[in-house]
Amino acid sequence: MYDDNHLAERTVTQNDIKISANKVNVHYGESHAIKDVDVAIEDKTVTAFIGPSGCGKSTFLRCINRMNDTIDICRVTGDIRIDNEDIYDRKVDPVQLRAKVGMVFQKPNPFPKSIYDNIAYGPRIHGLARSKADMDEIVEKSLRRGAIWDEVKDRLHAPGTGLSGGQQQRLCIARAVATEPEVLLMDEPCSALDPIATSQVEELIDELRKNYSLVIVTHSMQQAARVSQKTAFFHLGTLVEYGDTGQIFTNPTDERTESYITGRIG
Amino acid sequence: MTGKKSSLLELDARTKKRNAAEKRFQYFGIGAVTVGLLFLIVLLTTIVSNGTRAFTQTFVTFELVLDTAEIEAAEASFVKTSKYRDIITAQLAAKVEELGFETELTSADDLKQIFSSGAAGTLREYVLANPESIGTTEVFKFRTSSRVDGYSKGRVTRESLARDKNLAPAALDLVDQMQEAGLVDRSFNWTFITGSDASESRPEQAGIGVSMIGSFFMMLVVLVFALPIGVAASIYLEEFAPKNRLTDIIEVNISNLAAVPSIVFGILGLAVFIQFAHLPQSAPLVGGLVLTLMTLPTIIISTRASLKSVPPSIREAALGVGASKMQTVFHHVLPLAMPGILTGTIIGLAQALGETAPLLLIGMVGFIASNYPEGVASGFLDPNSAMPAQIFEWAKRADPAYYERAWGGIIVLLGFLMTMNMIAILMRRRFERRW
Repeated sequence: MYDDNHLAERTVTQNDIKISANKVNVHYGESHAIKDVDVAIEDKTVTAFIGPSGCGKSTFLRCINRMNDTIDICRVTGDIRIDNEDIYDRKVDPVQLRAKVGMVFQKPNPFPKSIYDNIAYGPRIHGLARSKADMDEIVEKSLRRGAIWDEVKDRLHAPGTGLSGGQQQRLCIARAVATEPEVLLMDEPCSALDPIATSQVEELIDELRKNYSLVIVTHSMQQAARVSQKTAFFHLGTLVEYGDTGQIFTNPTDERTESYITGRIG
Repeated sequence: MTGKKSSLLELDARTKKRNAAEKRFQYFGIGAVTVGLLFLIVLLTTIVSNGTRAFTQTFVTFELVLDTAEIEAAEASFVKTSKYRDIITAQLAAKVEELGFETELTSADDLKQIFSSGAAGTLREYVLANPESIGTTEVFKFRTSSRVDGYSKGRVTRESLARDKNLAPAALDLVDQMQEAGLVDRSFNWTFITGSDASESRPEQAGIGVSMIGSFFMMLVVLVFALPIGVAASIYLEEFAPKNRLTDIIEVNISNLAAVPSIVFGILGLAVFIQFAHLPQSAPLVGGLVLTLMTLPTIIISTRASLKSVPPSIREAALGVGASKMQTVFHHVLPLAMPGILTGTIIGLAQALGETAPLLLIGMVGFIASNYPEGVASGFLDPNSAMPAQIFEWAKRADPAYYERAWGGIIVLLGFLMTMNMIAILMRRRFERRW
């Protein structure tokens, strides 16, 4: 079905493991949202999480930067390691973790501040810039990485909320990379964007792969096929299948995966 | 399916019924708004027509010879102001004769009814403050008694004076002639705005100024206590507190507190601040503390509502770049919630400004606002009243002149409330940001 994407020819080089999850369970109050998920996410790779709505892919993503901590009734057990350090260790401060694991959300959510301040906020609170010139450099570099520099360089002090949806999302990506994270989590980053903006963001994702380990949750299987090297299929809170994107889309081993990608479930 | 094809150009019965219902509802709405507006108009016209008279006052203006011997005699006597009054009435009597007014009132005793009993005090104060004026002739503007003032405003008539021992109906004939001669005229009554409360027999001297100061100090107390406590409590409850039974109970109780009758807060204030903590009675400090208790729920509820209305995506964005919870709240959530918080605070303050009931119980109603505080400390601790309490006090008094002043006080109070609401609207406009 997805043969036209030349998935089989995609070269997959084996990278170091960046994030490893082991027997991760998540409960929201009484409901058991994630059941015994084991996964090893590689560095400098785009990993896509796919699956039907409510299958737990976003929940699992939010475990990686402990965003779920902000929800009172949410309980996470098992361990998730980044560079072999348990991020749920008592000694880990989630704030420090989130500087290392950036996140881009479904709906573009720039701060109601200027474009410059949107980018500068993270570096400022983490003390990454020593001077105004330093900060200007960080802002420019981040906006370039977010592939939006050329569009906004003349109006850095205009409000970030005045940009178009696609620009806002790229601004959010630029904001996420400004704090020099090592991992970038994206929760359906293109679902609120039109096809042109989507393709710009997808190009950007491919570009970012050189420097970061990216994890992207998506509803679009085409998108997963286009941008990712690894794909994980979630269903009803369990990780059904995880492997090279080419293999998942052309030759899935699990029946449920096959049903989903051929459109029979979900 | 009936099979009969319906036309779009014809309304079917259902649509007709639906449209009629919609029209009916709109008429109800318009009716409700009209009734509301009507009441507002009636209210405002009553207030304005009754209250504006308090802002003018009738004065007697004439030249007075400040004779050195007479003043020295007055200063040497026991009841000094009575002698000063004699100076005024004697000279007015001379003036009446000189101008040839026809009147049966000639004695000083009869003429004194025309003047406010405070006129003598005004003269003495002037003489003491300006000793160099003794021995010269100066033009004085004395306020008339409230009966003469009422006559000039149409409130007092010859018929109503028939049973009134404070002013003889014959005096009105004299007043008419004096008015024609330019001795009596009506001008703006600054004393009403800047003055203090006066005794029952001198309504013409009563003003709302001192109780305005009382209200001002109370509002300071409310602002200093209620705003930080209220905002801190709301931020904690909304952003940090775990959602459990205890916080649920606290939440419900805050909502309940907002509905507690204000007089209950008055009793609480009496028990806690005066009887237990031994703070002075009738003091704006205590009044302010009681109003703080009363205003806190309002501020907390509106602050929480405006914090809640900040989209969660902003919080996620801030947390996502590694801001701590507190940074998220103070850098992003609070600035966005600011317009709502300020509006809530100002509305709470306005509510507190107009509150009378709790002040009854801590002794801020009565003949209190008769002296200006001497300084800031005295402003907080010395007995004083507040604007609404002063209005209530005036409305209680028998003299119609006080009734007039009560309406005038309402205009002043409404002026303050409207200004505060206007500030709330302006702040909302100024701080409002889109996201």
